Parts: sequence; structure tokens; C-alpha cells
Amino acid sequence: MADWIVQRFSALILAAYTTVIVVWLAVYGTELTFAQWQGFIGQTWMKIFTLLTILALASHAWIGLWTVATDYLKKRLVRVVFLGFVAVSLVVYVVWGIIILWRFD
Amino acid sequence: MLLSIYRYNPETDSEPYMQDEEVSLIAEKDLMVLDVLNLIKEKDQSLSYRRSCREGVCGSDGVNMNGTNGLACITPISEVVTNGKLVVRPLPGLPVIRDLVVDMSIFYKQYQRIKPYLQNSSPTGGHERLQSPEDRAKLDGLYECILCACCSTSCPSFWWNPEKFVGPSGLLQAYRFLADSRDEAMGTRLAELDDPFSVFRCRGIMNCVSVCPKGLNPTKAIGHIRDMLLSRAT
Ligand code: SF4
Ligand code: SF4
Ligand code: FES
Repeated sequence: MADWIVQRFSALILAAYTTVIVVWLAVYGTELTFAQWQGFIGQTWMKIFTLLTILALASHAWIGLWTVATDYLKKRLVRVVFLGFVAVSLVVYVVWGIIILWRFD
Repeated sequence: MLLSIYRYNPETDSEPYMQDEEVSLIAEKDLMVLDVLNLIKEKDQSLSYRRSCREGVCGSDGVNMNGTNGLACITPISEVVTNGKLVVRPLPGLPVIRDLVVDMSIFYKQYQRIKPYLQNSSPTGGHERLQSPEDRAKLDGLYECILCACCSTSCPSFWWNPEKFVGPSGLLQAYRFLADSRDEAMGTRLAELDDPFSVFRCRGIMNCVSVCPKGLNPTKAIGHIRDMLLSRAT
């Protein structure tokens, strides 16, 4: 139940974030400079939104892959190893993402 | 027409094989698949399959015909034969006992699990428990299920987790009792379904809807259960 709601909710966040980025890129087109990009991502609301998206991405990926694993990986050991790998990778990505955001301004 | 039947007798065969039979059909007469199986059985008594009513009521002759589950007794040959060939196999995903006969224990276990009976401990008042015509109408499209298992055995989620995912047939029946105005156990019924597997393994691909010989819609019922779980949680 909770899984199901989180999955839908995180999908909405991901869709919203993708739309914002795509629209922004479309507006600035080809003359994009790094300074502009930095200015955009460095805004407080964008930082919060990005952080939210990173968390949404991680939980979305976790629930999705957990579901796939419990459907298709029938050997317990294989499943535990796979999900362990997924969990560690996701934690690393989240921490790494936060560090990158932290340094941005 | 070339008829190819899945054969397996665990007492004599080391593995399953397909038995091919040439069947000559009379053009004006459209037989049902079950009739053709009966013709084969007249020649070869060892062929095993379940059937009883031969009119789509008992639900015992669910089989897989050219890749699609259905009741052999109400499936006309003209509807399933492609390029002069018909392949008949047992329902997928369940252990084969012999030929077209499968072990349905897990299917029934899931049915039993949803407590398919009215739960009501209030006194009856000396007469039947009455229902308004509107409340009775809510059970249409639910109570007609004949438990043939065509739906659940065409559902990938049921193939992968038959122990944990109730399956379309069981969930249709679960909703049949959740929707019944005379039932008092809605709370415990929902509590028993609220986990990542029982209901939420349904991925909504609607194989169940496309095969149901009774034209029922388990996916819709599952959607209703999901809504009930959702409003219960919020
Ligand atoms: S809609 Fe749900 S229950 Fe029906 S076949 Fe698909 S996954 Fe199974
Ligand atoms: S819902 Fe339809 S296909 Fe499924 S068991 Fe009932 S009658 Fe058979
Ligand atoms: S024999 Fe009864 S449903 Fe086909």
C-alpha cells in the first residue's frame, strides 16, 4: 500500500522535474553557458526541488527493482545479493547527489 | 485440421510430449474443442482431461488453446484454429498431474484465503438478510465467476508469485464480498489484503479480462479493492 502510493507520488515528482529541466533547456537553447546553468541550479528552490527529485528517484528505483527481483529472482541468495547491490548503489548516489548540491551556489 | 495435444503421464513418460492427430472436420458442422477432444478419447482412452457440464457452467475444462486460455466446451473450433492447426495444452503455471489435468490446489488455497462466504454476526430477525435492488446490483459481474482458473493461470503476476498474490479470480471474489451490503467483515478483509503482494502485484495488463469465458472484469474489481485500501489508509 505505502509502496504503491510512494511509487505514484515519486513518479509525479520525477515527471515534474523532467518537465522543468526540458523547458528550461528549450528556452535557453544552444547558447547555454556553464554560468547560466550554475545560476539556475544554484537557486534555493531548485536545490530543494533537485534534492526531492534525487530522493524520489532513489525510492522509485528501490520499489521498482524490489518488485522485479521478487518476481524474477527466485533463488534467495541471488535476490539478496542483487538487492544489496541496488541498496548500496542508491545510498551512494543519494549521498553523492547531496554533496554535489551542497557545493553548488 | 491438425490437432496437437500436450501429453504427459508421470507414471510412464520421462517428460511431456506433443501428440499430433489429423482430425477431419465436416465443413457445415462447427464442433467445440471439447467435442474434438472427445473424438480423440474415443480412439485413445488414455487421454485425460476434466469436463462435466459441457456448456460453460461448471468451469472444469479450462485449457490453453493456441496460446489462449478458455473453456474447451464453449470454444468453437472455427474461432481458435489458425492455419489449420490447433495446439491444446494444460492451463499454464500450475503443476501437471496428467495430460490436460492440472493441480489446482494453490488456486483454491488463494480462493479459500479471501474467506468466500458472508460474515455477519448480527441477529437475522427471523427472516433472510434483505438487500435493496441497488445493493444487489453491485454484485453483478462478480458473483457469476465459475472458478475455472482461466484468468489466474494467464496472469504473469500469478505465475511468479502464486503463493503470495491472490490472483484475479480470488480478488474478484474478494471484492464480491467487500461489495456486499450484508457483509460485516470489510475491515478485516481489507487488513488481510494490505501487503505488497496480495493485491498490489497486479500490474493491470488485463490478461485476465481478455480470457474470462464469463466476460467478467477482474481488473476492475482489483481497482475497486485498491481504492478501498487507499481510502482506508488515508
Ligand atoms: S490485470 Fe492484474 S490480475 Fe489481471 S492478468 Fe493482469 S496482473 Fe493479473
Ligand atoms: S473470473 Fe472468469 S476466468 Fe476467472 S475464474 Fe472466474 S469465470 Fe474463470
Ligand atoms: S465442461 Fe463445464 S465448463 Fe466446460
